[in-house]
Amino acid sequence: MVAGLLLGGFYAAVSLGVSLIFGLLDIANIAQPAFVILGSYAAYVMNSSFGLDPILTGLLFTPVFYFLGAVVYRLYYGSFERRGDESLRGLVFFFGVLFIIEVSLSLKYGVDYRLVDAAYIGKSIDLGGVGIAFRLLVPCLVGLAMTLALHLFLSRTFYGRAVMAVSQDRLALRLMGADPVQIKTIAFGVGIAAASLAGALLITIAPVVPSTDRDYIGRMFAITVLGGMGSVAGTLVAAVILGVAESLMATFFGPSWSLAVSFGILLVVLAVRPAGLFGR
Amino acid sequence: MKRSGTWGLLNWALIGATVGALVLASGGVFVARGADPIKIGFGMALTGGLSANGKPALLAVQIWKDDVNKRGGLLGRPVELVYYDDQTNPATVPGIYTKLLDVDKVDLIISGYGTNLIAPLMPIAMERKLTILGMFGLANNEKYRYPNFFQIQPAGPDPQTSTAIGFFELAATQTPRPQTVAIVGADAEYPQNALVGARELIKKFGFKTVYDKTYPPSTVDYTPIVRAIKATNADIVFVASYPPDSVGMLRAAHEVGLQPKIFGGGMVGLQFTSVMTSMGSMLNGVVNYDFWAPEPTMLAFPGIKEFLKEYQARAAKAGVDPLGYYLPPYSYTLVQVLGRAVEATKSLDQQKLADYIRATEFNTIVGRVKFGKNGEWAKGRTLMVQYQKVHGTGIEQFRGPGKKVVLYPEELKSGAIIYPYSAAKN
Repeated sequence: MVAGLLLGGFYAAVSLGVSLIFGLLDIANIAQPAFVILGSYAAYVMNSSFGLDPILTGLLFTPVFYFLGAVVYRLYYGSFERRGDESLRGLVFFFGVLFIIEVSLSLKYGVDYRLVDAAYIGKSIDLGGVGIAFRLLVPCLVGLAMTLALHLFLSRTFYGRAVMAVSQDRLALRLMGADPVQIKTIAFGVGIAAASLAGALLITIAPVVPSTDRDYIGRMFAITVLGGMGSVAGTLVAAVILGVAESLMATFFGPSWSLAVSFGILLVVLAVRPAGLFGR
Repeated sequence: MKRSGTWGLLNWALIGATVGALVLASGGVFVARGADPIKIGFGMALTGGLSANGKPALLAVQIWKDDVNKRGGLLGRPVELVYYDDQTNPATVPGIYTKLLDVDKVDLIISGYGTNLIAPLMPIAMERKLTILGMFGLANNEKYRYPNFFQIQPAGPDPQTSTAIGFFELAATQTPRPQTVAIVGADAEYPQNALVGARELIKKFGFKTVYDKTYPPSTVDYTPIVRAIKATNADIVFVASYPPDSVGMLRAAHEVGLQPKIFGGGMVGLQFTSVMTSMGSMLNGVVNYDFWAPEPTMLAFPGIKEFLKEYQARAAKAGVDPLGYYLPPYSYTLVQVLGRAVEATKSLDQQKLADYIRATEFNTIVGRVKFGKNGEWAKGRTLMVQYQKVHGTGIEQFRGPGKKVVLYPEELKSGAIIYPYSAAKN
């Protein structure tokens, strides 16, 4: 159960970007997991070259990723969204971005498994007879902090509210004097910035190669849909449900059932509540 | 007449020049043909899941090609490699080999790396009656029984038990003798095969199974699995895993405090330099399968030291495994065997090559290689090594002997097991 909660915190961190970009902006950014892996490699490079803590690197690189996200969105907007071609061609665009990131990482860093070293990796703390690995505890706490930060951004700041507004009624937002493209650029940038931290958390938990992103595409979108499109709280709850389900199944019924049960939960929830747990 | 005579002379001169040019040209063509390269074609995992091994394998084959060409090539012709990235995707293999054979007109083909990439090549090789050398596949020819297939992988005549045999043989000889076993592995082809073999051996050696489960390859957290194993208090823990799960299982075992008497077995990835240098002392005590280790017994084979020197010098530039102890010596061996067969038969005839390879014992950089049933090695030689006295994560310690001590087989043994696992951990 505890392992599942920890895993859920981590899943929430990697899914927040998708929740924001896909859930709120309705942009099918298939390349989000590739940005997460890019974050992992940034953490790896800074860790292996300068001994920098991976999570600190993830935090330091968020402005870089924000800028990268803003550029990618402007490119997407100029090429597809403005012309109304965003549905299928936009999807192909993001597939292209995913492959470019993957291949660039392969060419630059090779295809060996990359890991990071940090004081808390490989150590655990005993809490009431349950050993809790710091390698999972730290990403969980960071994931919770990220969720809280994104929630506060969306609910308490002008730009956050504008992002919520652009997801509901773009025209109305324009009538209020705000530029929807500018707001979407900011939201997209924030979503990609979240990938910087999520990538750092991922490489703290497990080794990565450039193609690791493909393992996470299904989970990230499943969590977003299960939680309810664009709901930050829903993303966290869905991530914890999947994490706990995977963990309990692995412990008591055999790990081969864990993913099947997680996605089974998704199907059942969608059958009962098609908008997801917190969807409107 | 005079005019006619001049014209005739010019005519003859023109004809002579044309014929001369043609003769020279044909001579040129002939000379060019004589120097036409022998083309060896293959697909290789240069991207995708197996590329961490595919790229070093390619480098090893390129080193062999350079070695051979420095010595004047094969049959007096230089060797040329024609290869394509199979992206670790079996679906690309038929297209790649069809192009190699029909468009690139290669003379010889070898397989790419890994069981899944060799499997789609088998029907093509059989249909065209090609001699084919496979690179590190597991039991690829078990069902086809194609006589011209030869596997470079020291699994031996019974590939399913090859990974686990040394592990369980060692376990059975320890004092106090372990009694109970937990086996766990990924839901993927290699781990499943290894688990089938492990179950067979558990019966053979009379151990009692207390845990036998599989997990999806995309599992992120392994601590629940390791906790469940710990709860069974198993004496032996046999793990059949791919690199990310091997790292996950080992880390989880340390975090949860798993203390079996013997731990490891079939963990892919612990052999890779990047993983070894990241896991560091966490590896201590693990008894795991391997194919090569820089131990005196393995360095005694002719040519291996020269190969590793060249490989390690070129690896950094190529951005591949800097030590190259896992697959590269065997990739080199694969083309070494093929080259020797071409030289000995003085032919590129597929059947002659196959007959020669089948009948011959080759002295290679990984030792003596003789093929047996289904083209597998006549005698299995999968090593069982134990990581001992690993300090920190420095790469230099792994270059020399003493860190991956060979425990099995007896003829290649380079040291004694530290038993139980907990005694070697610290």
